[in-house]
Amino acid sequence: MTTDVVGRRRAAPHSGARRFLSRHWYAWAMTAPVAVVTLVLVGYPLVRGVYLSLTDATEANMGRTIGMNVIPSTYEFVGLANYADILTSGTFVSRLTWTVVWTIVCVALHVGIGLGMAMLLNRPMRLRSLYRVLLVLPWAVPAFVSAFIWRYLLNGEFGVVNAMLRAAGLGGISWLDDPFWAKVSVIACNVWLGVPFMMLALLGGLQAIPRELHEAAEVDGATPWQRFRHITLPGLRPVSSTVVLLGTIWTFNQFPVIFLLTKGGPGGATEILVTYAYRQAFEGIRDYSGSAAWGMVILALLVVLAAVYRRALKRQGEAW
Amino acid sequence: MSRVAVKTRDSRSPAKSVALHLTLIAASVVSVFPVAWLVLTSLKPRQVIETASVGIFEQPTLANYTQVLGQTKFLTWAANSVIVSLATAVLGVLLSATTGYAVSRFRFPGFRSVMWMLLITQMFPVAILIVPIYNLMAGLGLINQFPGLVVAYLTSTVPFCAWMMKGYFDTVPVTIDEAGRVDGLTPFGTFWRLIVPLAKPGLAVAAFYSFLTAWAEVAYATAFMTGDERYTLAVGLSQFVGQHKAEWGLLTAASVLIAIPAAAVFLLVQRHLVTGLTAGATKA
Repeated sequence: MTTDVVGRRRAAPHSGARRFLSRHWYAWAMTAPVAVVTLVLVGYPLVRGVYLSLTDATEANMGRTIGMNVIPSTYEFVGLANYADILTSGTFVSRLTWTVVWTIVCVALHVGIGLGMAMLLNRPMRLRSLYRVLLVLPWAVPAFVSAFIWRYLLNGEFGVVNAMLRAAGLGGISWLDDPFWAKVSVIACNVWLGVPFMMLALLGGLQAIPRELHEAAEVDGATPWQRFRHITLPGLRPVSSTVVLLGTIWTFNQFPVIFLLTKGGPGGATEILVTYAYRQAFEGIRDYSGSAAWGMVILALLVVLAAVYRRALKRQGEAW
Repeated sequence: MSRVAVKTRDSRSPAKSVALHLTLIAASVVSVFPVAWLVLTSLKPRQVIETASVGIFEQPTLANYTQVLGQTKFLTWAANSVIVSLATAVLGVLLSATTGYAVSRFRFPGFRSVMWMLLITQMFPVAILIVPIYNLMAGLGLINQFPGLVVAYLTSTVPFCAWMMKGYFDTVPVTIDEAGRVDGLTPFGTFWRLIVPLAKPGLAVAAFYSFLTAWAEVAYATAFMTGDERYTLAVGLSQFVGQHKAEWGLLTAASVLIAIPAAAVFLLVQRHLVTGLTAGATKA
């Protein structure tokens, strides 16, 4: 496969800069569009973001043009003050704790339920394709629409969930206005949204496990649990490590569900790091520098995740 | 366990079959109910929606739909969403296709940096770039303009498309490249004449994914689009359920109008989408 080409490139002697250039120029030319786009659209804003995070820029002291008047910027360089503020604030600890809880609970439920559903669907039976379509539906609906649907379902006065609870003789719950239940609500909505992808990805993984392995184990008298533990789980590892990391990153950055369902409320109870940084930048007096510093802190956390992801890829033999 | 108890995996006792189907039916109900309830609610008149009753059909009417289509800017927002999403998808694929190919086939100096760049930028949370890009766009006068929003979306779709397409190109046999090389094609010729035609499904999936990303994006659209003539659907919809009033009838009708085409297209291509997202992980 690709290694043939790779092998030959490595083996060829590099004689002089000219040869070097003629060997690689087309690879560089092909990567140029993405490199340019990334440097201009990501690199420049990133550098500017780093700079802003070291200043005290807010909406009030940012340069702007009103009609013909150009008002110059008056913000100043403040060094690491923003970072010190963030890392020593109680907000950071509480937001980080909730973000971690949110991510772990959501991903665990995504994978757990997704795997369960995938194993049920991975059997010959009637109506299988119908079940498959029905179970994929939550992924097919755009996430912002789903967030609105859930906001309506969980509405305290006329939401159907409370109506059912009342009909069952239990009291209604103010789902989105109570800090604890709001957390439960956003997790429920996100789990509902995220299970189908996990289910499909893991189903693909299950189908790639050779049947003979299960049959051989069965002949040898392995119990269903032993087969699950020693054949299914190891066989799924390539897929599961990829989807768990993708899921972790997506959930960590999950903006629409929180923003549209609870707006981070009540009283910031469901605010994850990403929505918090966003609201700092675009609500009230826009705190550009504080928000930029939050962004950098989040990025640092994600780089750690990326390193973990790369190690996982490497273990699968995709070395780079 | 006695040997007699060993069955082939295809046969199940009736009780197990019933349990299996019951579980799947329960899961399907959970999965479908919110969407079904959305459709039912959109058919109810306003005074019925805002009560605590749980009737399935009550005075069914299409009034919400006519109001959404006739008296709100829904159609404008839909057109805006289509424009922005299409532009993002087309530009994203055009810009990233050759890169996906290069990192799939060649090992060149800088390869590792490109891979790192692709990996890290696609997981950038919205909070990092939004302020600098907002300021940049404000400086260029592109706030409340479609190009500004498209540019913002490209920051995440371009690396993601390149990553996805690398996975797809990896599944195209290298022998095809070699055949092209032997016949005297340059690497660009090989890419354009041999690989692109073969990789059309992969390109389509990447384009579709970019389209979906732009279509459902909330944060940038909320911050950048300030006039309701320029709202995309995600922003427009939140106008129906603002802080002070909640027009659930309009919201549900609009949601149905958005969700039905989206879900239909999605269900057609979802198999390819999963393959694209986990490419390289499943070696079937």
